[in-house]
Amino acid sequence: MIAPTVRVQAEDFDVVAEETRLTQGRRDIGAVVAFTGLCRDEAGTLHALELEHYPGMAEAEIVRVAEAALERWPLMGLTVIHRYGLIRPGARIVLVIAAARHRAEAFAAAEFMMDYLKTRAPFWKKTHRVDGAQGDWVEAKASDDAATARWDAKPSSPAR
Amino acid sequence: MKAVYFAWVRERIGVAEEEITPPASVQTVEQLVDWLAARGEGYAAAFANRKSVRAALDKMHVTTQTPIASAREIAFFPPMTGG
Repeated sequence: MIAPTVRVQAEDFDVVAEETRLTQGRRDIGAVVAFTGLCRDEAGTLHALELEHYPGMAEAEIVRVAEAALERWPLMGLTVIHRYGLIRPGARIVLVIAAARHRAEAFAAAEFMMDYLKTRAPFWKKTHRVDGAQGDWVEAKASDDAATARWDAKPSSPAR
Repeated sequence: MKAVYFAWVRERIGVAEEEITPPASVQTVEQLVDWLAARGEGYAAAFANRKSVRAALDKMHVTTQTPIASAREIAFFPPMTGG
């Protein structure tokens, strides 16, 4: 089993550079799925999101989820980067890149990583409003728990 | 043991971390929550809705029934909203 690359950092990341790092010098990878999560402002009221994290546990929990993904699918590369700190609308928050022989494993593993990250990785978002009023902590969604739970019932390797 | 708090749990309690010395009768995470909640207004507010507070022992998720045993660090926080 390969070792995942996991980073928790304040700085932005370069999607293409991270993808190149996974695939450089390889001839056996047929599929790379890269998911980028961005800071979203739907109402025009968000100045920024403040991402708080639990140092040490954030990295450890992402590694635990990544190892579960590597046990389920025969991946050839897996990179996860999650940012913390103040992030403005439109900026990148999270990156998951899964590389495999075929696209089915790469798509499934990337989605699995994101579903588990949302419900298990110790990060919390607080809104900072454009008008300067006191922002709120973003509430966890039941739909995210449901998205995570559905993997319990799914077969590991999707049919091709 | 060291207790660490995050997000609105931290804001309500008013500190990010502290050393706590619960009595020997406090053996599970749930009993520790009961003990902490009785320490003052901020703690009571943080743990007012028990179902909305999660816990980790030595940086691993645990349930309310998990024994504290020899853990060095306990963390309390709201449901996670990363990703």
